[in-house]
Amino acid sequence: MFTSQAMLKRSSLVDFGYHGLKALCALSVVAFALCATLSRSAAADPLAVKVGVIREAHSRETISILDIPPADDFIAGARMAMDDNNTTGRFLDQSFSVVDAKLTPGEDAVAALKGMLDDGVRLFIVDLPPAEVLAVADAARASSALVFNAGAPDDRLREENCRANVIHVSPTRSMLTDGLAQYLIWKQWRGWLLVVGSHPEDQLLAEAYRRSAKKFGAKIVEERVYEDTGGGRRSDSGSVQVQRQMPVFTQNAPDYDVLVAADESEVFAGFLPYRTWDPRPVVGSAGLRPVSWDPSHEFWGAVQLQNRFQRAFKRGMNARDNQAWEAMRLIGDAVAHTKSADPKAIRDDLLSPGFALGAFKGQGLTVRSWNQQLRQPILLTDGRATVSVSPQEGFLHQTSELDTLGFDRPETKCKLQ
Amino acid sequence: MQTSVKHMARRGVSLALLAGLWPLSGSAHAMTAYITNEKGNSISVIDLDKLEVTRTVKTGQRPRGIALSKDDALMFVCLGDDDTIAVIDTKTLKEVGELPSGPDPEQLRVSPDGKLVFVANENDALLTAIDIATRKVVSEYPVGVEPEGVAVSPDGSIVVNTSETTSMAHLIDWRNKKAVANILVDPRPRYAEYNKDGSELWVTSEVGGTVSVIDPVKHIVKQKISFDVPGLAKEQIQPVGIRFSADGKLAFVATGPANRVAVIDAATKQVLKYLLVGQRVWQLELTPDGKYLLSTNGVSNDVSVIDVAALKVIKSIPVGSFPWGVAISKQ
Repeated sequence: MFTSQAMLKRSSLVDFGYHGLKALCALSVVAFALCATLSRSAAADPLAVKVGVIREAHSRETISILDIPPADDFIAGARMAMDDNNTTGRFLDQSFSVVDAKLTPGEDAVAALKGMLDDGVRLFIVDLPPAEVLAVADAARASSALVFNAGAPDDRLREENCRANVIHVSPTRSMLTDGLAQYLIWKQWRGWLLVVGSHPEDQLLAEAYRRSAKKFGAKIVEERVYEDTGGGRRSDSGSVQVQRQMPVFTQNAPDYDVLVAADESEVFAGFLPYRTWDPRPVVGSAGLRPVSWDPSHEFWGAVQLQNRFQRAFKRGMNARDNQAWEAMRLIGDAVAHTKSADPKAIRDDLLSPGFALGAFKGQGLTVRSWNQQLRQPILLTDGRATVSVSPQEGFLHQTSELDTLGFDRPETKCKLQ
Repeated sequence: MQTSVKHMARRGVSLALLAGLWPLSGSAHAMTAYITNEKGNSISVIDLDKLEVTRTVKTGQRPRGIALSKDDALMFVCLGDDDTIAVIDTKTLKEVGELPSGPDPEQLRVSPDGKLVFVANENDALLTAIDIATRKVVSEYPVGVEPEGVAVSPDGSIVVNTSETTSMAHLIDWRNKKAVANILVDPRPRYAEYNKDGSELWVTSEVGGTVSVIDPVKHIVKQKISFDVPGLAKEQIQPVGIRFSADGKLAFVATGPANRVAVIDAATKQVLKYLLVGQRVWQLELTPDGKYLLSTNGVSNDVSVIDVAALKVIKSIPVGSFPWGVAISKQ
């Protein structure tokens, strides 16, 4: 539990945040009785829930300028959910605040964690590389803090390196590749030309595609590696070189249906669509992409969240923002249910059979008990609209069709401790 | 002996009812159903004697929630993408005005005295009351994130609003503009409905997959109804619209992508039966005589007609694209 309730309350006033204050101001001009409600809440000593957000800035080297991470990447999603939680909290005498630690690559995440632990924070949402997620989780353990991994897609964090004090919100690589694979099978596009980047994360993503191909019966007709020879992604010289390089790179391939690009490092995939030697669709890291969220997603009432986000942050909500939003909403719902900010009570609630988070993906999101991964549909997007959502019809499962995505219980290597 | 007398008496009543209705059917005063087609941007008009569409009328963008004025002379149609509520004359089927709903209206209710329309305003987290006569907003009340479902107690004193992301039913004493309770229910509460005598408030949770039965006096969830359809994953059962039978003994709940209407014993809360209807069933409405229940089936572009006495689906009527809401007039 927290050290000092009074201290937390004081800090929460400071950290309540621009949007929280704005929401309160907006509401205070509304005609009726809310002021009474508010003063009542204040008088009743609300439960203050402070959440630490630790994030490492993502590379600005993207193929499209549309994908350059904004300054408030990730944290904006947590703040949006903080506003949502505070609206609910108004009725339950609960208030939520976030503390933001934005790190440059290589900066010590554990140091940031310790500073927040000293301030009494026991709930953390992180967007960090896998090794840092583990280091933070292990450092948080002695204080019984709970960590929400809302960034790293690494399967190993949920398998051999799983930790009991980590809830995984972001989908794994295997969930993403299974989501795409199911759709390709449904389309009868079974022959894949797999093009893999030369970075370790690209290799892990390629491994996930190989596994998905085997799982659902696709055939990888050939694999090619695209070496990152360094240099910038964008230049003033325009499209001349790329237009010549990509057809040459993809020529002489065996007959295939789709080109599957495994390029987490954003080196080449974005250059492939419309430039392949053979006229074939590109999927994976460009073209049709499996994602947790896209600014263009509007099914199942999602447009409401998109509108709220756009109004508050003057930009579209990206996948990382959405994962941070989901993490903060998981905390909000669990606190609403348990009326407690205790990490253990929150974890127990998230893992209880009745829990489900509404997240505009067509069904409730629940947590896999065996490795604490959030079950979720995978959106397939071309960046303009949601093309399809997996699991696809016909991929059946004895407990939840969402468990056709990613490593399932019988094959897990996770032993929670 | 006593039982059989009672039985006979009941039969007598229902025969009398039938006899009373007989002259109506086949006459020019047939009941009419109005179906909003969310993607078709139209209203399908169904003659309930013939059980077929007799007219299709163009509307504005994305019509969903629909309700009739107390005298059935007007219908109010939420036009989500036009940010307004259209007022349509049921005789001429022409638009005669608008109600200032604010952005993206989805569901609405007419107050029991017929004077006000209540609508949830999702973008501003407000519940709004609009005076039908003056077509002006008369009051607003702040509620939770993404308010959606609206219900009014039979005596008109309490207005209920469900907020989807906050997962609450807000009970508001409208006369005194005072929240009397904010009750936590399962995720994404989408629709609220009082039972006939107002002793219970039923709220469906689309993501939670349940119906919360609320005691509107004690302000507690006294019971939760869950659904189990063999061969269907839990996640596919997403309850939305609710209606009670005319005698109040049965409740009907639309279950979304589970493609079924659940029939529930309103007293015991036991699910008695699942009626297979079209795909993605959204909303339900009873005919004023209580004989038929209509369901709008969004994905299969049809309306199912359920015979309430027999608890059987007797017909599906093709309508426009993505039917969503339904209202039925006595004529």
